[in-house]
Amino acid sequence: MSDWEPKIVAFLCNWCSYEAADLAGISRLQYPPNIRVIRIPCTGRMSPKFILAAFGKGADGVWVSGCHPGDCHYIVGNYYARRKFSLFKDLIEYMGIEPGRLHFSWISAAEGTRFAEVAIKVIKTVKDLGPSKYFIKKINDRVA
Amino acid sequence: MLGYLTKIWTISERLLKESKVDMVIGFRKGTVPMMNEPCVVKSPENVKELVWDSNCGINLANYLTDRKEKIAVIAKGCDSRNIVTHIIENKIKRDQLFVIGVPCKGMIDRHKISSMFEKEIIEVIEEENKIIVRGNDCEKIFKKAEVLQENCAICIHRNPVIYDELVAEPVKEQTDIDRYKDVRRIEEMQVEEKNNFFDETLSACIRCYACRNACPLCYCPTCFVDESRPQWLGKSIDPVDIKTFHLLRAFHCAGRCTDCGACQRACPMGINVRIFTKKLEKDCFELYGWEAGMSLDERPPLDTYRPDDPEDFIK
Repeated sequence: MSDWEPKIVAFLCNWCSYEAADLAGISRLQYPPNIRVIRIPCTGRMSPKFILAAFGKGADGVWVSGCHPGDCHYIVGNYYARRKFSLFKDLIEYMGIEPGRLHFSWISAAEGTRFAEVAIKVIKTVKDLGPSKYFIKKINDRVA
Repeated sequence: MLGYLTKIWTISERLLKESKVDMVIGFRKGTVPMMNEPCVVKSPENVKELVWDSNCGINLANYLTDRKEKIAVIAKGCDSRNIVTHIIENKIKRDQLFVIGVPCKGMIDRHKISSMFEKEIIEVIEEENKIIVRGNDCEKIFKKAEVLQENCAICIHRNPVIYDELVAEPVKEQTDIDRYKDVRRIEEMQVEEKNNFFDETLSACIRCYACRNACPLCYCPTCFVDESRPQWLGKSIDPVDIKTFHLLRAFHCAGRCTDCGACQRACPMGINVRIFTKKLEKDCFELYGWEAGMSLDERPPLDTYRPDDPEDFIK
């Protein structure tokens, strides 16, 4: 298990966090390569289904990041998202996922350094938890 | 509570005779004990079909979704709150409805009673605060409080929230009730323990979706369980699929659930499915001070926001 590396699905908002990831790259900031980025139009677009599907298919962690409150490209998308996330995070941890597998953050397009810092933090937390055990589907039922 | 019936008949008959409504939605006696079924009465001659006792646990708001007629509906405290939710969500208009409010003293738990009998139950007779249950060659008498549905025992909104006419004086609301004892017990568990607990709770689930169908909140044209492209939720018997179904079903009811207990009542396997919705109910109350279906003027918690909502969990 010593060479085990976590797989983390990162859902990044097109207008802020995705740009921040871009900036981190342009600035040659270093962070471990454990995150797989999926671009979403806004954190308001996030559905709990995405998170559950990621865990179900074996992701060790999920990280959702978007614009700071008040800076949403769609004005209020992240305000709604915030309420959704706090209820969802509570529920999924209540149902038995370890705290520390699911992460949320606000990172603006200018915060490339912060993106790298948070990425390092997220990856470390998930790595410390070890491979995901719960919420992984054993039966493979790929849709034809 | 038994005395309500004549008043229900009088009101229904009057409304139908005066053509104030096209139909009255209420309960009639079911074909098996403790299972009253919903019924639609359309002519004044038939109002005597309606019954009212402690087996009317089904949530009648479920039958109002997208109706165009003028409807009188018999509503307990929880039904009335779901009617409010329906009006807020534009599933029916207030002026289409005549709400016959029933101050409720709780419904009896059919799972609990049948689990105490080995043989089939033939008859259940209700007297004031006393339930007489007859099986093939046995009889048991219970106090009503002993066999109340769990959600009724911890109910704090027994009287209808909206109504056009009440069938009786409002009953006294219960106070000093600890509504979330079981939720807190699970919250305190360790991760491993939680997983074992829920795996065991859900091991009986056969994915019949009765909980979804009984729920007045579940009216999506295509339910997430039926979506196939993409198929977010597998149809297999994998425990994770079952857990995911219950998680998402509960999440869809977040900030809308009134804890009417219809889902649990409908479950053929007797699974405590309310344990999921109650967690969200607790969170909505603690985070946003929200109780579902209490007012027509407030938006539900996931349809609104405050700039200063709690966000300690966000980095």
